[in-house]
Amino acid sequence: MSDIVLELKDLHTHFFTDSGEVPAVDGVSLTVNKGEVVGIVGESGCGKSVTSLSVMQLVPNPPGRIVGGEINFKDENLVNASNKRMKQIRGNEIAMIFQEPMTSLDPLFKIGNQMVEGIRLHEKVSKQEARNRSIELLKLVGIPRADEVIDDYPHQLSGGMRQRVMIAMSMACNPELLIADEPTTALDVTIQAQILDLMRNLNKEKDTAIMLITHDLGVVAEICDRVVVMYAGQVIEEGTTREILKAPNHPYTKGLIRSLPNMKQKEQKLYSIPGTVPKPKMGRIGCRFAPRCEFAFDRCFQEDPALYQLENGRSSRCFLNDKTEGSLTGNGETIVGN
Amino acid sequence: MRTEEKQEEQQSIKDPSAYQQLESEEMEETSPWKDTIKQLRKNRFAVVGVVIILFFILLGLFAPLLTPYSYEEQALVDRLQPPSAEHWFGTDDVGRDIFTRIAYGARLSLQVGFFAVTGALVFGTLLGIVAGYFGRWIDTIISRIFDILLAFPSILLAIAIVSILGASLQNALIAIAIINIPIFGRLVRSKVISLREEEFIMAAKAQGMKNGRIIIHHILPNSAAPIIVQATLGFGTAILDAAGLGFLGLGAQPPTPEWGAMLAGSRDFIQLAPWTLIVPGVSIMLVVLGFNLIGDGLRDALDPKMKN
Repeated sequence: MSDIVLELKDLHTHFFTDSGEVPAVDGVSLTVNKGEVVGIVGESGCGKSVTSLSVMQLVPNPPGRIVGGEINFKDENLVNASNKRMKQIRGNEIAMIFQEPMTSLDPLFKIGNQMVEGIRLHEKVSKQEARNRSIELLKLVGIPRADEVIDDYPHQLSGGMRQRVMIAMSMACNPELLIADEPTTALDVTIQAQILDLMRNLNKEKDTAIMLITHDLGVVAEICDRVVVMYAGQVIEEGTTREILKAPNHPYTKGLIRSLPNMKQKEQKLYSIPGTVPKPKMGRIGCRFAPRCEFAFDRCFQEDPALYQLENGRSSRCFLNDKTEGSLTGNGETIVGN
Repeated sequence: MRTEEKQEEQQSIKDPSAYQQLESEEMEETSPWKDTIKQLRKNRFAVVGVVIILFFILLGLFAPLLTPYSYEEQALVDRLQPPSAEHWFGTDDVGRDIFTRIAYGARLSLQVGFFAVTGALVFGTLLGIVAGYFGRWIDTIISRIFDILLAFPSILLAIAIVSILGASLQNALIAIAIINIPIFGRLVRSKVISLREEEFIMAAKAQGMKNGRIIIHHILPNSAAPIIVQATLGFGTAILDAAGLGFLGLGAQPPTPEWGAMLAGSRDFIQLAPWTLIVPGVSIMLVVLGFNLIGDGLRDALDPKMKN
């Protein structure tokens, strides 16, 4: 399996706050293959963003720290990587784009300067060369009049344009992995579709793997090959987009999909999962979702469910898949220890 | 009446040249500096401040051309002369022309302001950035030092420093710079802390930029506005402090024509020759006022919320 770009193994990122230790990422394992678009879905505060920041080693420290697990980027464990090595990787091999295009660019500098700066950080090219390449990149992401826009200040561009610029910047050094942290959340729907198209094209043309963090299942359906559903710092379900959206296994995923507005049922009140996301805390026993789950039974509150492997490389963290218990539905085969 | 107005309005919109003009005005290339100067010129008080300071700068620069007298040569025959055509602001107790001394004193005061502010700005900004950007224990140490410096009344601290170093204009300048360091330091620290959380700083890190580069290229330019404002306001206080130390005999020593020292030297003659006090006093007041007006104007001009 040499085509794995990124592999997280039992990643634990904890925050050490005044009110105690908070396990924001609590044993996350996932893989991103070459040229694949993987969506990470979950509610606010479920650890999606912290997972992505952990990969970049950019978790604000203090209070956050990676306390366990491995982050393997092409056979290199980034948890042990030196600061110097991380600076080479960031922006060059792994690029990242953020949620707020309005604030991701320095308001004082022309976007050209910022792009040139980024390129020259990793490659020894002349300013003119870097500028020409920036113009090419801007054209690539569909910015009209790229040779004029390059001399604009960020405030002269709209949100969608700025996000395009951010994507152009992130693609400057042909990264192998692009981490996009809710890249379309701050944009309106039409622009959202354009940006997703753009990312999909870049993924196809340059074979860049994309780890897309979002809470929008619509976005997932649009461009992701595979989906990882997170809840309270854990991966609770994983599988191909098609299968997860068509036949979700975990009650939480089912709830998420049910709470999407449906055009056919106009009069019905929109479904919402009862309760709220639990605050992550240390030493919690039992399924994280059990208090909100309509299928919960005694065992759910007494022990941690493992991530049950299902057919087609799918997995789900729910006791309903435990065949050894006998009485319950599901077709799980092996049990992967937590 | 109303319809007429409306028609006029419509006509002006239809008029293509008017429309073009409107557009070109909106599309006009703006740089932050041009913007600031434009804003500043709208502020009448700031313009007055600039005029006052320019006046004193020119006075200092061309002092030798403006008066035939020397600032230190005594002429006891002419002592305590009231203002006249020969001596515009009169003479002091040893017969020196006060206008001459004020003009040469302007050089000193402006220099004191400049060097004291520059010193405080450089060290304060440096410490503030280190404290704000890196945080943790280094922030604690630097912030506590600032707290200690700020716990003393500033003029008292300056007096203490000058007493240790010895009374001279240069030492007064050093003392004023030191007491101003925490003012700049705290300002910069708070600005850096808020900038550190900005997404573009995180984006710069995600690009693989080094800390030093982020500080110089992104943190420093973005915190320039409050530093500039504080520097301008600090100019005024530095001059005032220097005059205060001069008055106490801890700054410039006679016969240096420093304004504070001039006040101190002539306070015995307040009833006999009030001009010997009024003229240096008013000069100090005007310069400080000038810098404060510019500082206030700059603060408004650089504050994006004040733009209309």
